[in-house]
Amino acid sequence: MGRRARALADGLLNPLARLGQRGLKALAGLGRASLLLVGILAGSAQLLRRPRLLLAQVYNVGVLSVLIVAVSGFFVGMVLGLQGFYVLSQFGAKESLGVMVAASLVRELGPVVTALLVAGRAGSALTAEIGLMKATEQLSGLEMMAVDPVHRILTPRFYGGLISMPLLAALFSAVGVLGGYFVGVGLLGVDDGAFFGQMQAKIDFREDLVNGVIKSLVFGLVVAWISLFQGYDATPTSEGVSRATTRAVVHSALAVLAIDFVLTALMFGN
Amino acid sequence: MGRGHNDHPPDSTPGGILIGDGSLGAAGSSTKSPCARVAPGVAVNPVSNGDDCLVRIRGLSFSHGSRVIFDRVDLDIPRGAVTAVMGPSGTGKTTLLKLISGQLRPDAGSIEVDGEPVQALGRAALYQLRRRMGMLFQSGALLTDLNVFDNVAYPLREHTDLKPAILRKLVLLKLEAVGLRGARDLMPSELSGGMARRVALARAIALDPMMILYDEPFTGQDPISMGVLVTLIRQLNDASRMTSIVVSHDVRETASIADFIYIIAGGRVMAQGTPAMIAAERSAWVRQFMDGLADGPVHFHYPAPALAADLLTRGLG
Amino acid sequence: MAKQHTIEVWVGAFMAVGFIALFFLAMQVSNLSANAAADGYRVSARFTNAGSLKARAPVSMAGVRVGRVEEVRLDKNTYEAVVVMRIDKGVDSIPTDTFANIFTAGLLGEQYVGLQPGGSQDYLRDGDEITQTQSALILEQLIGQFLFKKAEEGGK
Repeated sequence: MGRRARALADGLLNPLARLGQRGLKALAGLGRASLLLVGILAGSAQLLRRPRLLLAQVYNVGVLSVLIVAVSGFFVGMVLGLQGFYVLSQFGAKESLGVMVAASLVRELGPVVTALLVAGRAGSALTAEIGLMKATEQLSGLEMMAVDPVHRILTPRFYGGLISMPLLAALFSAVGVLGGYFVGVGLLGVDDGAFFGQMQAKIDFREDLVNGVIKSLVFGLVVAWISLFQGYDATPTSEGVSRATTRAVVHSALAVLAIDFVLTALMFGN
Repeated sequence: MGRGHNDHPPDSTPGGILIGDGSLGAAGSSTKSPCARVAPGVAVNPVSNGDDCLVRIRGLSFSHGSRVIFDRVDLDIPRGAVTAVMGPSGTGKTTLLKLISGQLRPDAGSIEVDGEPVQALGRAALYQLRRRMGMLFQSGALLTDLNVFDNVAYPLREHTDLKPAILRKLVLLKLEAVGLRGARDLMPSELSGGMARRVALARAIALDPMMILYDEPFTGQDPISMGVLVTLIRQLNDASRMTSIVVSHDVRETASIADFIYIIAGGRVMAQGTPAMIAAERSAWVRQFMDGLADGPVHFHYPAPALAADLLTRGLG
Repeated sequence: MAKQHTIEVWVGAFMAVGFIALFFLAMQVSNLSANAAADGYRVSARFTNAGSLKARAPVSMAGVRVGRVEEVRLDKNTYEAVVVMRIDKGVDSIPTDTFANIFTAGLLGEQYVGLQPGGSQDYLRDGDEITQTQSALILEQLIGQFLFKKAEEGGK
């Protein structure tokens, strides 16, 4: 009797305890991540004296992501043009196609999709690189040479992500607008002047474009931070690194989407 | 290995500090500090106020989670000698090196390196101290995106303002010392494991440290590169009056170059002494470890119920 | 060194492409170029009701855009809406007795200011005020009036 009651109580309490455990673990991780971010930022001054390190990382994150970002942007723009055309022509408003394409790209899809692509293309590479450096004792080796691995290895990668992201997002949006133009004006016969004219009339420089750039800066920070942290915090084995890489992409994607909601509410919700 | 240096008889100049012996009763004759014994034959660093111990560990305790790795361990590393720390896998030999170099902090106890309490040093002081230490990692830990030359030049570029011409000469001399001057343009991925370790060794001695920590330098090496490393460690130690700590479980190679040996297991020092003393050690555990016997105080079988009972049990598991 | 140089060139090209994209978005896609053309002259008009007219709404004449609304504010004394418009520099021959309306583009579209030229020989200049105005049509009011009228007719 008593045994059964205890089993029942355990059955009820154990999931609760596990939830608590998970919560504590997540909090501890957040704490470690925050400390790491402080360490990364503390290395900023040193980075100014070694701009070459930064250059190499802008290359790794930015230049190597250009192709995938540009191609994706063009296709997304073409799809927007196609979908928008059929919806808008039902309301006899196909002249607004340019507005629709540009607004979706500049406000949302540019920053968000670019962040997701960069997380998959460059973020996972960062995690794997840092994790492997940890597994092969390169980070410990630097530390034993009295070189701070956070300042030397992580800080340039962080700023590389931060700088590249808004530029990549702008590229995505610009190529996307051209893709929409190609489908809308080139294939479906929307008026050329109306496409750009309406766009210019409705897309505001400060409210749409500047906010989009701010968004992508925030995403750049978040994706670089999460990717570097997952690599730095990885269990230094091949299995640990591969798991950290997966986690980096999943966490980055979730964080980008969640933060996008908050930022959109703050920026465009008046 | 014909080496006459540093090999003092075990009974000469007693006066070291008594160290708690292992639970298996390692012989009492080997429980003295090695410093006073080995060091008089070696040049004593004048700045070190006559201290013959470069590293002095007292009451060191360290646990990893719930697993106790060190339990009040006392250890002395004499200046200018090669000290080996041996023990079975997983006894925290590498952890000991990380504690000495300040990469980990002990739970209790003190670790003095050249008179400085490592466990209490701030970041800047610790980094300052590390410039005088080199560490050879098991994997070599070379930076994979730099070639051999740049890897060896790294600490020099980092901590000195040498002109490129002088830097180049220094790096080539260090590479020459490990016999890899011709490999300066190779990338780490093009090196064999033994060569990578030698490059890492050249990098570790780039700043002419007072001490080098070797983490399992012989693991996974073919006999030739093993012989090369053994010779190198001894040569470097004697040529520049460095202090070397070699952590290893390759008994024969390690014993052949060490001036003093510590055997640790189960969080404590099981035995210590010169190679000759260890060879004469009668304790069953030490004999099993040194001679590599399959069964002894450490059983071949992982603890389990009796075989017959296990086989007769019905059902799964 | 050669490798370092290649990286430098690529990063430079990347930064250039990124900034060109930003520039394209700013000048071609957004209204920065329109805002930047801040020359022209300012004219104001008073309306009893400005409806949902917003800053940056177009000002048009005979269906051609001739300027933009700069600000919409309330005159605290007369409780009228003061609409300040910036008219393009090239359009410098708007008669002083021009009539200003607030129209709606389509049934549900955005509101804009429409100018109907009068016959005066004098033209509006910077700081002038258009005196003849007609307020925005408020859809709810129109429907209300319509229903009220119908009810009255039905009562008779």
